[in-house]
Amino acid sequence: MAMAEVMVENLEKSVEEVMARHGNNPARMIEILQDLQDIYGYLPEEVLKEVSRQTEVPLARVYHVATFFKAFTLKPRGKYTIQVCTGTACHVKGSYRVLERFEDVLGIKPGDTTNDLYFTLETVNCVGCCALGPVVIINGRYYGHVSPVQVGSLIKEYREQ
Amino acid sequence: MKRLRDRDDLERMRQEALSKRPERFISLGMGTASRAHGAEAVYETLKDEVTRRGMDVPVKATGDHGLCGYAPVMVIYPEGLLYHSAKPSDVSDILDALERDEVVDRLLYANPLTKETFTYEKDIPFYKKQMRLVMGLMESVESLSVEDYLCYGGFSALAKAMLDMEPQAIIQEVISSGLRGRGGAGFRTGWKWEDAANRSSPIKYIICNGDEGDPGAYMDRCLLEGLPFEVLEGMIIGAYAIGAHEGFVYVRKEYPLATHNVQEAIGVLKELCLLGNDILGSGFDFDIQVVRGGGAFVCGESSALIASVEGRVGEPRSKHVHATESGLWGRPTVLNNVETLANVPFIVDRGGEWFASIGTKESKGTKVFSLAGDIYNTGLVEVPMGITLREVVYDIGGGIQGGNAFKAVQTGGPSGGCLPDSQLGLPVDFDTLDAAGSMMGSGGMIIMDENTCMVDVARYFVKFLTEESCGKCVPCREGLKHMLEILNRITQGEGTMEDVDLLDELGYVVAHASLCGLGKSAPNPVLSTLRYFRDEYVEHVRDKKCRAGVCKALVRYEIDAQACTGCRVCFKACPVDAISGEPEEVHVIDQGKCIKCGICKDVCKFDAVKVV
Repeated sequence: MAMAEVMVENLEKSVEEVMARHGNNPARMIEILQDLQDIYGYLPEEVLKEVSRQTEVPLARVYHVATFFKAFTLKPRGKYTIQVCTGTACHVKGSYRVLERFEDVLGIKPGDTTNDLYFTLETVNCVGCCALGPVVIINGRYYGHVSPVQVGSLIKEYREQ
Repeated sequence: MKRLRDRDDLERMRQEALSKRPERFISLGMGTASRAHGAEAVYETLKDEVTRRGMDVPVKATGDHGLCGYAPVMVIYPEGLLYHSAKPSDVSDILDALERDEVVDRLLYANPLTKETFTYEKDIPFYKKQMRLVMGLMESVESLSVEDYLCYGGFSALAKAMLDMEPQAIIQEVISSGLRGRGGAGFRTGWKWEDAANRSSPIKYIICNGDEGDPGAYMDRCLLEGLPFEVLEGMIIGAYAIGAHEGFVYVRKEYPLATHNVQEAIGVLKELCLLGNDILGSGFDFDIQVVRGGGAFVCGESSALIASVEGRVGEPRSKHVHATESGLWGRPTVLNNVETLANVPFIVDRGGEWFASIGTKESKGTKVFSLAGDIYNTGLVEVPMGITLREVVYDIGGGIQGGNAFKAVQTGGPSGGCLPDSQLGLPVDFDTLDAAGSMMGSGGMIIMDENTCMVDVARYFVKFLTEESCGKCVPCREGLKHMLEILNRITQGEGTMEDVDLLDELGYVVAHASLCGLGKSAPNPVLSTLRYFRDEYVEHVRDKKCRAGVCKALVRYEIDAQACTGCRVCFKACPVDAISGEPEEVHVIDQGKCIKCGICKDVCKFDAVKVV
C-alpha cells in the first residue's frame, strides 16, 4: 500500500514533467505513455486518468491507445522481463520450443508475471538479430542461439541474482 | 562544433577532417547484432590495449558489417584484413600481429564447406557478389562521427541539391533514377515527391518510416544505427524537394540503439546548422523530430503510421485520398522508407541516369536483404536488382547449413510468400517476385531447409497477422481468424480436404476485400504454400503426417536402439522424466509422459533420438 500512496502523491507532478518534455502536446500521446511506463514499470489506472485530465483527451481515447500498442502494459511487471523472439527467423530456428520451455518452467503464459513478481514472460516479433536466432532478451541483455536445454539454467541464474 | 553557414564552411570542415583521416584504423561492428555477441567488451579491451601500447590506431565503432552470424566482425584498414568472432581475450594477439605485420590465422573467415580461409574482406565470397551502395560506408564511417561521414563525401549531395539545384530538378533526377520505395510496395519515389511538391499547401511534412515491423528484416535498423547521417541527408534533400519544413523519423520501439543514434545524429546536425534555419545559407528551414513507435505491425502502413504520429491508435483508412494530398494533420505528407532515403544522396551526387544503369528494366538500383534461417552466412547483403535468388542463397549465403536439403526461400515478410527450388532462377525485382506469388517486401529473406514444415510456416504467419490486424475491417479481422482456425486444425491432424479448398477461397476474399495492405497481402503465405507445397497440406490431412517433424500432434520421439549408447545424457535432461533405461543400455521414451519438447534430441551426441 505504501508504494501506491507514494505513487499517487507524485502522480500529478510526474505526468506534468513528462508532458513538459513533450511540449505539452497531446499528439505525443504514445511518447508520453512510454515515458510514464518507464517510470512506473506499467500503466496503472491512476496514471491513465491523470494523463486524460492533463491532456484533456477523453479517458476512452487514452485507454484505446494504451491497449492498442504492444509497448504498453496495464499490469505490473516482474523484476525480470524475459522476451522470447518469435520472429520468422527465430521461429524457423525453433524459438517456439524455447518459449514452451519458459512457459512450462515458469508456469505462466506470454503476457503474464509469476506470482512472486520475479519474471514476466513476453514474446516479441523480431528484434533484428536474425542471425542469432533463437534470441532471448532478459532485461535488455541479449542471448543468441538459445536452446530449450538452456532455459532451466537461465531462470536459475536470474533467480539467484 | 562550429556552425556551417555556407558551402565554404562545409568544405573547410571536410578538408580539416580529411587532413586528420587516419590511413590505418580498426573498424569494429557495434550494431545490435554485434552487441548481442559481446562486441562492447571487445571494443573496450581494444581501445584500452591500443592506448596502453601507445599505438596510433583509432578504433571505430561502426554499424554491423553485414556478416552478422560471425559477429563481432572487425576489419583492419587499409589492408581490409577481416577477423570474426573475436573475443576480448583475442585482442592482444590481434595487436601483436598488427605490430609485427602478421595475421592471426584462427580468427580469419573460413568457408564452412571447403575450409578455405580468406585474409581480406574483398576476397570473401559473401562480399564478392554484393554491390554495396547504401551500405557502402558502413565499415569506414564511425556511426556518430560527422567528420568521418564528411571524409567519405557526406553532405556533398545536400550542398549540391540545395545550392545548385531547383527542387523540381531534384525531383526529375529521382524520377529518372527509377527509384522505387524500399519499404515493400515499390511505389515510385519521384512520383510521390512530385505529387507532394505540386500541392499548394504552405505546410507539408516528410516522414521517414523506420517502423520495420517485418520479422526477419533488419536493414533499416542497421542503416539507422550505422549510417544515421546518410539517412538524414536523404531526408533533408527530400524535404527541400517537396517544400516540407518539418519532418519525423518514426522508429520502432524494439530498436533502442537505432533510436538513440538517430537522436544523437539529429543533435549534431542541429549544432552544425545542417538542420534548423537557413541551412547552408540556402534560405531553407527544416527540422526533424524522432517518434518512437508503439509496437504495432500495422503502423508500417502509411495511414496507420500517420495516425500514430498524431497520437491516435494506428488504424489505417481508405486511401482514395493519398497522403501526398492529405496526410499528417491533413497536410500533404511524403512517407519514405529508411533505405529509400539512404539512396537519395547517391542519386543527387551521381545522377539519376547513373542509378538507372543498375538493376532491371523496372527495378533500379540495389536492394539490401537480411539473410536469415538455415544458411551458413546469415546477415545483411546488398545486391543489384536482377541478381537471381540462387546466387543470393548459394553464392552469398553459402548454401544450406549442415548438408540439409533446401526447401524454400521466404521473401517479403509475413505477407510475402515461400518459393521452392524450382523458382530460384528468378531475378530479384519487384514485379518478378510479385508474379511468382511472393513479394519484395522490405527485404527479409529467410531460407528454410527440409526440417521446416510449410503448413506450420503458413500457420505461423497467419497467427502473426491475426494478432497484428487492427480489427477495423471485417475481411481481415474475421477472415484471418478463420484461416488460422483451419490451419490449426490441419497442423493438429484434424483437417479435411474441404479445409484446404476453403483456405484458397478465404484467402481470395481477404486479399480482395480488405481495407489496407496488411489484409490485402495477408493470405500470401497461405496461397503461396498452397501453390508450391500443396502435397504437404495433403499429407497433413490425409496421411496425418508432418514430414519435417514439426507439428507436435503428428509426431513422436523415439530412441534408435542401434544408435543409443546408454550414455544417460537424455535421461538426465528430460524435464518430465519420460526416459528410462540403465547405464550403457538402450533407453526408451515413455510416450504417455513425453511432452515432445525435443530436448532429448538436442542433447543426444549420437543422433539416436528420431522424430517419427
